[in-house]
Amino acid sequence: MTEIPTPAITPINQPYWSGLDEGELRYQRCGACGNAWLPAREECPRCLEDDVTWQASAGRGRIISWVVYHQAVHPSFADRLPYNVAIVELDEGPRLITNITAPVDELAIEQPVVIRIEREADVSIARFAPA
Amino acid sequence: MRGRTVIAGTGHTAFGKLPGRTTDSLNVEASRKAIHDAGIDKDVIDAVFVKYPTSGHRSMYAQTVSEALGLQPRIGGVWDQGGATNISMISFAAMAIEHGQCEVALVTIADNPKTGTRQAYERGWGDDAVYGWFGVAAGYAMIMRRHMEEFGTTHEQFGAIARACRRHGAANPHAQLRLPLTEEMYDASRTVIDPLRRDDICLVSDGGAAVIVMSAERARQLGVPAPVPILGFGQGQTSWEVAQRPVLTETSAAVSARTAFAMAGMTPGDVDVAQIYDCFTIAALMTLEDYGFCKKGQGGQFVSDGNIELGGGLPVNTSGGLLSETGMPGMQLVIEGVRQIRGTSVNQVPDASTAVVSNQGGIMHTHSTLLLGQ
Repeated sequence: MTEIPTPAITPINQPYWSGLDEGELRYQRCGACGNAWLPAREECPRCLEDDVTWQASAGRGRIISWVVYHQAVHPSFADRLPYNVAIVELDEGPRLITNITAPVDELAIEQPVVIRIEREADVSIARFAPA
Repeated sequence: MRGRTVIAGTGHTAFGKLPGRTTDSLNVEASRKAIHDAGIDKDVIDAVFVKYPTSGHRSMYAQTVSEALGLQPRIGGVWDQGGATNISMISFAAMAIEHGQCEVALVTIADNPKTGTRQAYERGWGDDAVYGWFGVAAGYAMIMRRHMEEFGTTHEQFGAIARACRRHGAANPHAQLRLPLTEEMYDASRTVIDPLRRDDICLVSDGGAAVIVMSAERARQLGVPAPVPILGFGQGQTSWEVAQRPVLTETSAAVSARTAFAMAGMTPGDVDVAQIYDCFTIAALMTLEDYGFCKKGQGGQFVSDGNIELGGGLPVNTSGGLLSETGMPGMQLVIEGVRQIRGTSVNQVPDASTAVVSNQGGIMHTHSTLLLGQ
């Protein structure tokens, strides 16, 4: 059985993953221009300044789009088929790739969702459920 | 610089499963055929542009290809815009020629993901792989879903693109998949990553293809038998990952096309035939919208109304496209554009005088546009 690939934790993204371990979804905000984003990076992609701080999200957002895998592209997900992957936009602005913990017929674009932190392959990850 | 450079010759290998062939050899075979088609001596080539093979990246691969071709070019190199690379290399070659950096450019691609590795198409997306987020196809499925939900685009409409490409490819003796697709077959097609069905997804192919670019004046001097003028080109780079794009259903294909049409002094209404990059049906549909052949959101109606068929207002992918001729990234579409302007296509559009060709790469990350015509 192939293992599920786990995130490569670096000094840059470590606050994100440790935040999830502590029950908190964190995103980055620029102290210079106020831009908010994920995934973690070292400079603001809008104003390019390096005044980057971590903030806690309220954990609410909406579905931008989603897909349902009926064929496993990676063998470690073969026993979960079919499974969904979605793009969620947080109320604070950042977007992320996630899974929605709901049947496919409950998924819709602009559907409000709320975070549900779960353990996967020994890592805490940010899944969402319909709000 | 409309019409000042030409595509002087084209060549390609067989498409499909080519076990035992290296990308070096496929590049040389395609180049040899393009040189013969242009009716030139190899030694007039002074620029070599090469697309990197996805099946096996090698540093400074253009130098490897140049050695295999017995050439020491003035300029060239490997360019990486994924599937947008070929038209972009043709446009950089044209600009280099215009500015005296070279005179005759060979632009070539070869890849063998069918017998080699498809890893480039199936890899996980960084840390998001923990959510099961793998593969190029899934990114297109994400965009396709948004288009369907936002504009009411249907599977039946996406199927119209697949059916047109497969019908056109069935008449092409070089096509890898020559089986026409019926509505029933498309409906029965297996869902791979919902909403993508098997028949929305292009072929995987080994093969090589090449073109020769030079100035129209040089083509006259060298007695090139059937030069096809380059009327315009452009590029656009959406660049950001799918999850980060503020709008999923629009891409920089629009910028690319605007640039090309402005250079040519033309509008979409001037185009007689189109070769539109169809790695996935959603890519072709959105390109038709972004190019201005129909309004945003009306691509489904446009393709299901028969416009893209032979005899329609804008015949698309007359050699079968990536869905039928070969899954190779893009040069085959340029070659079919050249055939249409020369009047030598197996699915010739009568009196075609202007052809548009699109190339795009990644998950609509990059785009390039070429206008050819007499």
